[in-house]
Amino acid sequence: MSPVFTLSLHSIANRRLSVLLTVIAVALSVALLLGVERLRNDAKAGFAQTLSGTDLVVGARSGPVQLLLYAVFHLGSATNNMSWASIEHLAALPQVQWLVPISLGDSHRGHRVVGSTADFFAHYRHGDRRPLRFAQGRPFEDKPAEAAGIFEVVLGAEVAARFGYALGQRIVLSHGSLGGEGGPRFADHADKPFTVVGILARSGTPVDRALLVSLEGIEAIHVDWHGGAPIPGLRIAPEHVRKFDLQPKSVTAALVGLKSRTAVFRVQRQINTYPDEALTAILPGATLQALWSLVGIAEKALLAVSALVVAVGLAGMVAVVVASLGERRRELAILRALGARPRQVFALLAVESLLLALAGIVLGLVLLYGAGAAFAPWLSSAHGLQLSLGWPGVGEWRLLGAVLAVSLLASLVPALRAYRYSLADGMTIRV
Amino acid sequence: MPDHPTETASGAAAEPAAVLLDALRYRWPGADCDCLNIATLRIAAGERVFLRGPSGSGKTTLLSLVGGVILPQAGVVRIGGQSLAALSAGARDRFRADHVGFVFQLFNLLPYLSARDNILLACRFSPQRRARIAVAGSTPEAEATRLAERLDLGAALLDRPAAALSVGQQQRVAAARALIGRPGLVVADEPTSALDAERQQAFIDLLLDECAAAGAALLFVSHDQRLAGHFDRVLDLATIHRATGSMQAPA
Repeated sequence: MSPVFTLSLHSIANRRLSVLLTVIAVALSVALLLGVERLRNDAKAGFAQTLSGTDLVVGARSGPVQLLLYAVFHLGSATNNMSWASIEHLAALPQVQWLVPISLGDSHRGHRVVGSTADFFAHYRHGDRRPLRFAQGRPFEDKPAEAAGIFEVVLGAEVAARFGYALGQRIVLSHGSLGGEGGPRFADHADKPFTVVGILARSGTPVDRALLVSLEGIEAIHVDWHGGAPIPGLRIAPEHVRKFDLQPKSVTAALVGLKSRTAVFRVQRQINTYPDEALTAILPGATLQALWSLVGIAEKALLAVSALVVAVGLAGMVAVVVASLGERRRELAILRALGARPRQVFALLAVESLLLALAGIVLGLVLLYGAGAAFAPWLSSAHGLQLSLGWPGVGEWRLLGAVLAVSLLASLVPALRAYRYSLADGMTIRV
Repeated sequence: MPDHPTETASGAAAEPAAVLLDALRYRWPGADCDCLNIATLRIAAGERVFLRGPSGSGKTTLLSLVGGVILPQAGVVRIGGQSLAALSAGARDRFRADHVGFVFQLFNLLPYLSARDNILLACRFSPQRRARIAVAGSTPEAEATRLAERLDLGAALLDRPAAALSVGQQQRVAAARALIGRPGLVVADEPTSALDAERQQAFIDLLLDECAAAGAALLFVSHDQRLAGHFDRVLDLATIHRATGSMQAPA
């Protein structure tokens, strides 16, 4: 078989241009397929790690996906709040290491305002347990003593970028999700503007689209409100809110970290059966996975399309090799006269196509890693998508194996044709 | 398959005939009549035979039978004493690689290989040719260079791609490839038809000399009677073919 292999190499070198174009077509299709697969996995991993390091998300009794959607993605709203008493009870459980309450309900120009404690910045983790980073400024003041400290806001990266906000800027929050442009004026908390003290770096999580204030801030803008509207005739100036009790009576949800992960199911059951209030505790990772299976259909379609592109690339390769066969019948007859067996002729063509496919696959990998290295910083900064540039994973090896298997099948087409030619023509061909 | 007595009956020399066809009949699949019907054709070892045959006289079929690419429906084909019918298809291919060199009318060479690699290609497919060169104390590369020199191909030409050579040079490269490793038989099928008149005789003389030097029998097939001058024997395919109609077994 060794004369066959060297012949294949020479024959390929002889048809450089068409071979090069074929290899590039296969390479692009392979790079696309693997790129889609990798982005798919990375997006899935990124999504599943929207919230990492948090063992349980707790809210009023509801479905797990609904709780996840409003507590983590700030989509929709809670049917019920959970009482501050329950928060204190949970925080005091011996297995609980930390607890970050979250209070939702207000907005700013279409973006959700998240009331929390400064612990939020310490405990919120995403991706591979990466903390939120500040691009500029600092967290809002926790348990502020001064009135000014109450009205501090930290902006998610997208909010700051979209509206061009800078540190020190004063912005107005609106009640509910009504306010802002086009919303009714009465819904604005215009009397108590907030000062931007920090802007977060992009994280690829819902935090990018949120504004973060202290729980006291949320309470303070509502001291002269009742039942979702300002109390007529009552106006309390911002500098006087300190005189009121700004301890919240209830919050929307809480993120909980445990001392030991092994206790997670026990604590979850304990919370779900808490007798004083109807609560739901979910494991964010598991619920994120469930949610992904709902939204993940599009990425499967994308993978199917790129698999088709590979099929097109390989079909093009087969077409090029088969088209060359007509003019190479003479060559095959010469080889037969020199004593080449029909199966050596078969091998010659099979090896040739297979070499093209292999070259395409290798070049495709080079393209993939090259493009990955070139675009990873941009993907990370613009979309918060962490592109992994590691060794191909199991799924990618499986795809590569499938591409190779299909190439092998494809290479049989010209090889079988050459085999039939060489049997029919023998040593002589009437040219 | 019964062993045919012809070999012992007619073979005075100890060396078996280079080519022996006996009571041979071949019909292409689907054809109405026999394409070839030859009572006997014997070419002794080292003998140089001119076989005249116009196109359509079954030349191609005869070459395919001698090469063992096809097998006759009846009769015997022996090359160097070996019955081809006794070999499997793969073994016949190997046998052809080892013992028969072919030179065709045109396009003998792989265009993407150098002249040298084209010559060496014959050795690639044949362990026996390599072995015979080794026994003679040479290497395939040295042997290719030596043969090329004998055939008036300079060393500089050998490294050029075959496609860059003139037709005459290509035919000489093909001759060197047929001869390398001393096969017992060289079959040439109209090898000079693409050459101009004065080149034709020069090529044939080179081929005759080199076959003699290599000890190879030469079966030279052509429609052009004028080229038959320097051969040991001249045969007419039409005669052999027709003769079978009246004659039975050889006397």
